[in-house]
Amino acid sequence: MPVTSNDAPVRTLTSPTVQLLSTEGAFAPSDSAAEFLPYFERLTEADYRKFYRDMVVVRKFDTEAANLQRQGQLALWVPSHGQEAAQVGSAYATRAQDHIFPSYREHVVGMIRGLDMVDILRMLRGVTLGGWTPEEHGNFHLYTLVLASQTLHATGYAMGMQLDGATATGNPETDQAVIVYYGDGASSQGDANEALVFAASYQTPQVFFMQNNHWAISVPVSRQSRTPLYLRAGGFGMPGIQVDGNDVLASYAVTAKAMDDARAGHGPSLIEALTYRVGAHTTADDPTKYRDPDELAYWVARDPIVRFRAYLKGLGVEQEFLDSVDEEAADHAADVRRRALEITSPDRSVIFDNVYAEPHPLVVEQQKWLDGYETSFDGSES
Amino acid sequence: MTMPDTASAAAPTRANLPMTKALNAGLRQAMLDDPKVLMMGEDIGPLGGVFRVTEGLHAEFGEKRVLDTPLAESGIIGTAIGLALRGYRPVCEIQFDGFVFPGFDQITSQLARMRNRHEGGVIMPVVVRIPYGGHIGSIEHHQESPEAYFAHTPGLRVVSPSNPHDAYWMMREAIASNDPVIFFEPKSRYWPKGEVDFTAPGTPLHASKVVRTGTSVTVVGHGAMVSVLLQAAELAAAEGISLEVIDLRSISPIDYGPILESVHKTGHLVVAQEAAGFVSVGSEIAATVTERAFYSLEAPVLRVSGFDTPFPPAAVETHFLPSPDRVLEAVDRSLAF
Repeated sequence: MPVTSNDAPVRTLTSPTVQLLSTEGAFAPSDSAAEFLPYFERLTEADYRKFYRDMVVVRKFDTEAANLQRQGQLALWVPSHGQEAAQVGSAYATRAQDHIFPSYREHVVGMIRGLDMVDILRMLRGVTLGGWTPEEHGNFHLYTLVLASQTLHATGYAMGMQLDGATATGNPETDQAVIVYYGDGASSQGDANEALVFAASYQTPQVFFMQNNHWAISVPVSRQSRTPLYLRAGGFGMPGIQVDGNDVLASYAVTAKAMDDARAGHGPSLIEALTYRVGAHTTADDPTKYRDPDELAYWVARDPIVRFRAYLKGLGVEQEFLDSVDEEAADHAADVRRRALEITSPDRSVIFDNVYAEPHPLVVEQQKWLDGYETSFDGSES
Repeated sequence: MTMPDTASAAAPTRANLPMTKALNAGLRQAMLDDPKVLMMGEDIGPLGGVFRVTEGLHAEFGEKRVLDTPLAESGIIGTAIGLALRGYRPVCEIQFDGFVFPGFDQITSQLARMRNRHEGGVIMPVVVRIPYGGHIGSIEHHQESPEAYFAHTPGLRVVSPSNPHDAYWMMREAIASNDPVIFFEPKSRYWPKGEVDFTAPGTPLHASKVVRTGTSVTVVGHGAMVSVLLQAAELAAAEGISLEVIDLRSISPIDYGPILESVHKTGHLVVAQEAAGFVSVGSEIAATVTERAFYSLEAPVLRVSGFDTPFPPAAVETHFLPSPDRVLEAVDRSLAF
């Protein structure tokens, strides 16, 4: 891997926004979409139905989770409303052998990789700091709450794939790659930039999938960057592509090519998916304090689900299917709600469990003390 | 912990080495024993590190196992975490003590917590090597003792050897540990030679050790301070005062057994360190020994520390760093209490 690969010619690719669907849902590829059309052509109508289903299911789930928070059942909720197409399209571009490093808003990516949405709620209900085992859930790694920290973990993991010889063998069925999710706010973090430096230097099999949802809590993307964010990639020596992140087909095609390139040993790339955080940053946020209602209206009119539904209708997809998806989404949300209410609190031993792999005397002693202290009250009121 | 028996018939069983060479031998043996062990850091490849601790490893093991990284400490630690998630055992070199802070977030918020966040589903066998401490007359950020920050962080293990033999074995144990280990290497002890017995692991990684027995006052320190304490003990002996010197070796966890046993005997404790005294390792030991051996103490536990100032210009560092005389001043105060 390292050093010698740096002698390879630097690939730089910059493109105007890649789009396959117009805002109205018509198939209208942008000029920049040409090189991605073969990836789009891999898709069948069955894939379209999956994409649509997942976007609708996660939208409904998202609403339900916000309701649970309002009812005191979750400490916090992190809405993904508006970003479904970027997430669904990119997630379906991964293969079983790939590894996914999310930030903390990629609920549907987890769902597509096999994660039970209740596992995400467990973390946000405050009963665990993690919630799932990545290798048993589609290599979907844990949410990381310190912005951009995961970009470096992803890069190191991709370096490990290279050291293992698990990538760039020429077999797309087994070659591995990493995709890491972060956002426009996180792009300002030092770690995001160091990850791009390391990835470019070691030519890791990796895609940096940046969802530019235009807001870092209350701060607009214009505060993060004076240049379109995808252009930064060129400065690190890797291709950067901007895609319409509210276009699920374009998000899929662009990511599929980038992941194929990564698995084939062509190195890392950066995708900037233009999308919009329609909801609040979290349930603790109030965007009416800082956002122009006209801007919100502009983006609501570009809703990724509405657009894709129009496309499907244009293809002749029957109304029965669309209705059945709504029904499935409602059932899923209701099931999640029911099971979220059944989440139980862990035993106090989780305070001490797994702080270390091998016993640490201080932790052992403190656990013993707490057990003695708390059991000293047992039966005291009887 | 049991270490693999790696002393081959041809290899020497003992050698008189400086700590740099002992550490190098420990790293090399760990790389020979386990192909998952990697070295990462700035200038650690063909140059062998600015202190030459990794000298020869790049030539022997190649660039896939000895990685000269981009110049970014958070990047080094963050990618090491990813490599550990993938099953590797990275050993990261931070070039100087004062340069660890760009990587501090990845160490304290990520490395230290990964296993806990994963509810035990992963191990984090990452070693972070940090040359530390004064006495080398260098410029700002090159002489610091930041160990308390790391000892304060749950999930980390923190150790510091004082001599070449311990350096060799503690490095091998640190790399074999399934927990992250912050490994503080006392720069001023890098060059004095000492005997390394490659066949005798001796003291476990997290055990403190009595390195000179005595009866009047117990003095405790780690890293470069141990040699200062031993010099103080020589001077004290000439005046008829018998110091028992304890090499802490491990800062997290701290092995209190030998310390308490000694304090029960002497009734006096002085803790010495180069780091600032406020909220320090010495403070922690003073508090714990007071809790656990109150009735054995004949005087308050005293700290001998660097001052609560930035590490000063090197021209005045001898006034800042605890010297044998500063240790003896505290010993006298303790005995006079």
